Amino acid sequence: HSSKRSLTKIYAYGHDQDQRKFWLALILTSVTLQDIRNTVGNIPMEWYKDYPHIGYDLDGKKIFKPIRNKDELDEFLDKMENPDYWRTVQDKMTGADIRLSDEQVDLVHRLQEGKFGDVNFNEYEPAIDFFSNEVMIHPVTNRPQDKRSFIPSLIEKEKVGKLVHAIKMGWIKPRRPKETTPQYYDLWAKEDPNSILGRHKMHVPAPKLKLPGHEESYNPPPEYLMSEEERLAWEQQDPEDRKLSFLPQKFACLRAVPAYSRFIHERFERCLDLYLCPRQRKMRVNVNPEDLIPKLPKPKDLQPFPTTQSLVYRGHSSLVRSISTSPSGQWLVSGSDDCTVRFWEVSTARCLKTVEVGGAVKGVAWNPNPSICLVAISYDDTVVLLNPGLGDRLVSTATDQLISSYEEPEEVKEQPVQWTVAEGEGHEQGHRLILKHPKAVRQVTWHGKGDYLACVMPDNGSSLQVVIHQVSKRRTQNPFRKNKGLVQCVSFHPIRPYFFVATQRYVRVYNLIKQELTKKLMANCKWISSMATHPGGDNVICGSYDCRLAWFDLDLSTKPYKVLRHHKKALRSVAYHRHYPLFASGSDDGSVIVCHGMVYNDLLQNPLIVPVKVLKGHTITHDLGVLDVTFHPTQPWVFSSGADGTVRLFT
Amino acid sequence: MGGLQKKKYESGSATNYISRNKARKKLSLSLADFRRLCILKGIYPHEPKHKKKVNKGSTAPRTFYLLKDIRFLLHEPIVGKFREYKIFVRKLRKAYGKAEWSGVQRMKENKPAYKLDHIIKERYPTFIDAVRDVDDALSMCFLFSTFARTGKCHVQTIQLCRRLGVEWMNYIITSRSLRKVFLSIKGIYYQAEVLGQTITWIIPYQFAHDHPTDVDYRVMATFTELYTTLLGFVNFRLYQTLNLVYPPKVKHTKCASIKYMDLHISYQKLAALSASLARTVPSVEDEEAELDHFPAEGEDLEKMETREKMELEQNKQKKLFEGLKFFLNREVPRESLAFVIRCFGGEVSWDKSLCIGSTYDETDETITHHIVDRPTIDKQYINRYYIQPQWVYDCVNGKILLPVEEYFLGVTLPPHLSPFVEESEGDYVPPEKLKLLALQKGEKPQAEEDEEEEEEEEDDEDDEEEDDQSEDEDEAEDEASLAEMEEKRAQGKSLSVKVTPGKVKPENRMRTEQEEKAEEKRLAIMMMKKREKYLYDKIMFGKKRHVREANKLAAKRKAHDDANKPDKKKKKKKC
Repeated sequence: HSSKRSLTKIYAYGHDQDQRKFWLALILTSVTLQDIRNTVGNIPMEWYKDYPHIGYDLDGKKIFKPIRNKDELDEFLDKMENPDYWRTVQDKMTGADIRLSDEQVDLVHRLQEGKFGDVNFNEYEPAIDFFSNEVMIHPVTNRPQDKRSFIPSLIEKEKVGKLVHAIKMGWIKPRRPKETTPQYYDLWAKEDPNSILGRHKMHVPAPKLKLPGHEESYNPPPEYLMSEEERLAWEQQDPEDRKLSFLPQKFACLRAVPAYSRFIHERFERCLDLYLCPRQRKMRVNVNPEDLIPKLPKPKDLQPFPTTQSLVYRGHSSLVRSISTSPSGQWLVSGSDDCTVRFWEVSTARCLKTVEVGGAVKGVAWNPNPSICLVAISYDDTVVLLNPGLGDRLVSTATDQLISSYEEPEEVKEQPVQWTVAEGEGHEQGHRLILKHPKAVRQVTWHGKGDYLACVMPDNGSSLQVVIHQVSKRRTQNPFRKNKGLVQCVSFHPIRPYFFVATQRYVRVYNLIKQELTKKLMANCKWISSMATHPGGDNVICGSYDCRLAWFDLDLSTKPYKVLRHHKKALRSVAYHRHYPLFASGSDDGSVIVCHGMVYNDLLQNPLIVPVKVLKGHTITHDLGVLDVTFHPTQPWVFSSGADGTVRLFT
Repeated sequence: MGGLQKKKYESGSATNYISRNKARKKLSLSLADFRRLCILKGIYPHEPKHKKKVNKGSTAPRTFYLLKDIRFLLHEPIVGKFREYKIFVRKLRKAYGKAEWSGVQRMKENKPAYKLDHIIKERYPTFIDAVRDVDDALSMCFLFSTFARTGKCHVQTIQLCRRLGVEWMNYIITSRSLRKVFLSIKGIYYQAEVLGQTITWIIPYQFAHDHPTDVDYRVMATFTELYTTLLGFVNFRLYQTLNLVYPPKVKHTKCASIKYMDLHISYQKLAALSASLARTVPSVEDEEAELDHFPAEGEDLEKMETREKMELEQNKQKKLFEGLKFFLNREVPRESLAFVIRCFGGEVSWDKSLCIGSTYDETDETITHHIVDRPTIDKQYINRYYIQPQWVYDCVNGKILLPVEEYFLGVTLPPHLSPFVEESEGDYVPPEKLKLLALQKGEKPQAEEDEEEEEEEEDDEDDEEEDDQSEDEDEAEDEASLAEMEEKRAQGKSLSVKVTPGKVKPENRMRTEQEEKAEEKRLAIMMMKKREKYLYDKIMFGKKRHVREANKLAAKRKAHDDANKPDKKKKKKKC
């Protein structure tokens, strides 16, 4: 019974059967302590696992394990059939099965419920208060008082002394009085404008957050919702690139609106912006775009200029590289890659004459002298002077006579070019003189008087790139001793003895009489393609392959007075009108742009340049559009030849 | 030619700027403290014009502060307080370690505290400056007041934020300065006009927050510290301007009740936003200063007139809900609705069990509007409208009482538009906005007629398109015939010459004129300078994009309407 009492302190919490069995076994061991038969003591019993006996009895004889041959199935059957199975427990000390009595089971139940094991134990006995507030006459203990209880403590004295010292030294301060001023008060009661710091003027207040638009509404108009594709695109975008930081959504009622998951994030980002972002005052350009457009005189007021395409000269089967008009303006000559030169009547677009030559025609030039009817044609390395025999018969015969009246000089000079007189079939076709050059001739151009003819043979290696022929004396000169780069084109000054030579990036102006370089114009472009001289002689325009047209005023500077970037593609040719203040440029984009370029006699006034018309007509073939443009000598008309094998007249 | 050789980076911009790390060392503060100081003092980095020069030749990304700013921080007394606090924490830790509880107690009592009053005064030298900058403070305080009272930040901070928010809302109600409200998917935006300053703030919907992990709450807490101070002072001053008691008290008819009223309950009543506030001076209500009329001429007169008109409109808006009695069902956002309705002079109440401060019952016969946010309601009273909450917000934004039919229970609501969008010319205007504008002008809604008209217009447009097409076709035919003729000519065949009477082409003078003008413009644009051309192109690109976006929205809307038209017609037929 006493062992039972000692066990009552143990509480059980388990409820399942195994737990209960464990408790039963535990109790059993303690219950059987009294009539102990096994003397091995309180040891783990698995030490005897491998032996046939389980311990020793009081006499020192082995206690053998009871024969247990039950397998799992027997165990199960036993569990099912034996009504006392649940209260049967194996005694670990003896290995025998023991059936618990009702008393023992009751004890287990009581322990499981956390009650005392003893049924008769009263846990609520009335408490007796021994140490009550009532002072009794007898002391609890009879011990005499210590001496230290009535002698002042030295340790305490020391402690007090330390505190006093600390107070004296100011180490311990009296408790601070609690602040009585209210938390908030009228902070701006005395607004003193003088106390505002100077730096406050420099302060940039934080910009306010952008206000939300319709798309942020919980119930936005349907057009603000994203379609499926837009939504996918939005999701694939980087969060920083997104135009909207959220997906617009529509909810049927206010109750259905959920919390916005990025609310704290957005507030935090605002905080970061406020203290981490550099602030700057940025001047916003607030201009009306219309004000940026320059105020130019109206094209209407600048008439006349060509406005419409009126005639198309068809006949060539390949690119028409070059065209030229007769000085009277009645005829037009065009040279093409199909090895023909055609002569047209300007007003009717009739092809009057076709002359076949031995190669793709690179350049044609009509002699500007009205008293001579002569056309220079260049193909391969040959330049042919041709009398088309058009117009006034007298002029034509006079020209023939002029050529045939040539007399061989006494002393023959060595010439770089071979002059021969055309005979036979060539003569019948109109060929008068044939000039054989050492290299391919690209451009021919006449001097204004009609006696000198300049030819360009572009070649980077040699100094013989430009030759000037004198037709009346059948003489040829090479004006330059040195090679100064690839010559693109040349032109004569209309009045004075100047000669313009355009290399890739520069235009050089030579004085032919003094035989010196007078000016070098810098075109500011990559590759000059063409050049034209103003009839006044003080202005030059240069077209270039990088879409630019540079206008030089020779009196102003060696840099372009104006650079026009009107064309989308490379410029092929430029031309001035002889009388009207017009110039035109043709480009690979198939358009001819006519500009009004007024040059004033007053030196103080700069030239006025106004684009007046974009003429379109040529179709682009092989990425080439307009190849040559030239003006009618008297009318405000412009001819253009293109890669589509046509020549067009715009009036 | 004497003189010392100048060394690099010893003058000029290199000496005007200081990198963050250097600044931190100069102030001998930890990074966290430096950050806190910058936030409190409103110091922000500067982007130098020539970064490489300032960075002494290096191109490493660095944050730069103005040296002057950092020098200015050197004098800040609060830096000393930071250090004190650091020491206090160290001492406290040591006392804990040694288990010196009396020492801990003593130290806690003497905990160093700092005030931000002087910083507020310094950053906002005038009251108007402070009011102008109160936007962020409000949003932040309202956010913090919705936080749960555990973790993330001190409970005192949350309580203070809530208190300041309630005070602010009460001020807005009393001064009737709310102008616009917007229900967005993020929260509810409010815009008020306080002392001439437009102030916008956002309050999140009432849900528990899912606290993100990638947010530094210390930074937020520092901002909140500053903002609560600012907002407290601003509130004080604002209450003073209206002769209200600060801290605010609910107005009571019986003086005795105040004494016995529990402080906590009084605060809750205040937070319920249903009662008006006590005033220091019992003032006469509605004493609005009338504008003095000055004789003016020309433009001034026009301005005056528009101003007067605006004033009149505003006064009308302020009394929008006057005389109306609202009752809120329990599923609607009570605080927001009570705030908005009271701001415009309406009376509002709710179920007693929902919140303190309800003034009348659901059974009250004088209730005019009952706000419900559920499809149906069981018990309905006859003499009141049952409407959805959006009506209140739309009325406020529209500045008129909108017809209630579109907001009845179970009805599909019209879109809720943002009141902050002011459409300029060329912008896309949603049709609902047009309708609202028409309503504001006093026109009656004629939805059906409009629709018909629209249809007609569409037809017209179609016709025009067809015309264009036919013209194009004609031209094409002409071209074809011409080409044929040319071909024949080229082949040398004799044409069958026939003279037909020529047609006089009707010359559209307007069109030619326009074309001429367009060409003129094109040519002029060609002559622009490079820089101006670039700018012009940029502006034009922006404009075009704008137009494109507007067109896209319009097209989307049209497609949507077309798709929904049959449904509508069906519905009508059913009706």
